[in-house]
Amino acid sequence: MSVFKPHISVHKLNVFYGSHQSLRDITVDIPEKQITAIIGPSGCGKTTLLKCLNRLIDLTDGVRLSGQVLIGGVDIYNDKNIDATCIRKRMGMLCQKPFPLPMSIYDNVTYGLKIHGVKGKKRLDAAVERYLTMAGLWEEVRDRLESPASRLSAGQQQRLCLARSLAVEPEALLGDEPTSALDPISAQHIEKTFRELRKDYSIVIVTHILRQARRLADYVIFLYLGELIECGPAEDVFGRPKELKTQAYIRGEIS
Amino acid sequence: MDRRKLEEDFCRGLMIAATFVVGGSLFAVFSVVILKGAPALSLSMITELPQGGYYLGGEGGILNAIVGSLYLGLGATALALVLALPVALFLQKEYIGNSRLGRLTRLSLDVLWGVPSIVYGAFGFIIMVYLGIRACLLGGIIALTLLELPIMIRAMDEVVRMVPQELKEASYAMGATRLETTMRVVCRQALPGLLTALLLAFGRGIGDAASILFTAGYTDRLPHSLFDPVASLPLAVFFQIGTPFPEVQQRAYASALILLLLVLILSVASRLLTRKFNKYVVR
Repeated sequence: MSVFKPHISVHKLNVFYGSHQSLRDITVDIPEKQITAIIGPSGCGKTTLLKCLNRLIDLTDGVRLSGQVLIGGVDIYNDKNIDATCIRKRMGMLCQKPFPLPMSIYDNVTYGLKIHGVKGKKRLDAAVERYLTMAGLWEEVRDRLESPASRLSAGQQQRLCLARSLAVEPEALLGDEPTSALDPISAQHIEKTFRELRKDYSIVIVTHILRQARRLADYVIFLYLGELIECGPAEDVFGRPKELKTQAYIRGEIS
Repeated sequence: MDRRKLEEDFCRGLMIAATFVVGGSLFAVFSVVILKGAPALSLSMITELPQGGYYLGGEGGILNAIVGSLYLGLGATALALVLALPVALFLQKEYIGNSRLGRLTRLSLDVLWGVPSIVYGAFGFIIMVYLGIRACLLGGIIALTLLELPIMIRAMDEVVRMVPQELKEASYAMGATRLETTMRVVCRQALPGLLTALLLAFGRGIGDAASILFTAGYTDRLPHSLFDPVASLPLAVFFQIGTPFPEVQQRAYASALILLLLVLILSVASRLLTRKFNKYVVR
């Protein structure tokens, strides 16, 4: 296993929904400033693992969790000084289906800034331009910042969601199949943006599209029925998978 | 194959028939009120107070009842809103939604919804006797608020629950608290529905006669304080239709027409006022 600086470390994480165990003893390190892809067949716990990284899992009914998730060395579940909202601010999130907030494009980008106390029209204006540009949406919407975000196309909405997440200055980005609800062109847009953002952010995406994982990922985590089967640099997992299940999955034999 | 088509056609026929019965009844009620009431409608009716012998066919109008009903309806709806919105928001799953307390609250509200309005009137009356105040505007407002609360809360609860969980999660994922998410995202997204809930409750409140019979009283004058008795349109209809004089009975229909128009105007006006926000709603 190659040596890298872990940004997020998951240690013996178990997650139960009621009596159903969704994740079993997951221990994995997620590298800093690389793209990590979590792959595996549906229902294997990919999204659950992702939601554990920003404590969004807390919002699910009847969920129980044991183990540790360390971000920058701090245990985000057991450390008494940690507040879920400040973890979520640090871990930007992009959902499967774009959900713009029920307000204008401008207000969508400034939403996070305002709740975290950023004031002043100049600063907000600058932030809106900066983050919409980063998400590759600025040129398309610069003339209609006050129009409702819900009128944008799905692809534009997802880029707006990305800009909105970037605006609160997270240190990592989590994507839950962020391109699966989009048309191919918009999906390419998002992928391109991810590649550009990699130099500044640690990115973790859940994907069921193997080709997307191959295109994007530096590091791959393969889950199967709630267990971590294999993880490692993308070229190793895709090129020389060690485990039989990984080999079968990559050949398309289990899905 | 044939049986399935028959089934389809039969049920479709039933749905159409039911829709016509509902639409037809509404149309019938409107037509009767308009046909019988419109001829008796005059400017003096909505601008003047009743003069001596009005209920025997004398001069005057029912301004007292129009103003009274607006005070009662708007007052009760405003008071109910202040209480209903926090409860509806508290019934979200982030707060007490699926807990035992949440389920119990919903059950109580459903039961309260079914309580006849005369019971609220009698309850309000007992409270007023206990406090030593006579029938007045405040008493009427309180009785109507009790009547409106379950409707408003349950209707608001349903719309608030319709807000997609993913939308809330989008807000939480940026580090928003429950309160920030509720106030800035949930309320905005649910706004059209919340307004409908408000109007539903207002319509029920302003149209109710039984609950204000003992609590608000009736008077030919305009109220000058919360402790003055106050007239209302439903009771004006009730009193006028009970007289043996055809022209006074006709005025009852005219009063009912005014009540209908009042609700209609307020509904349309509030829809227009909030249209500006509706375009932001995420579908």
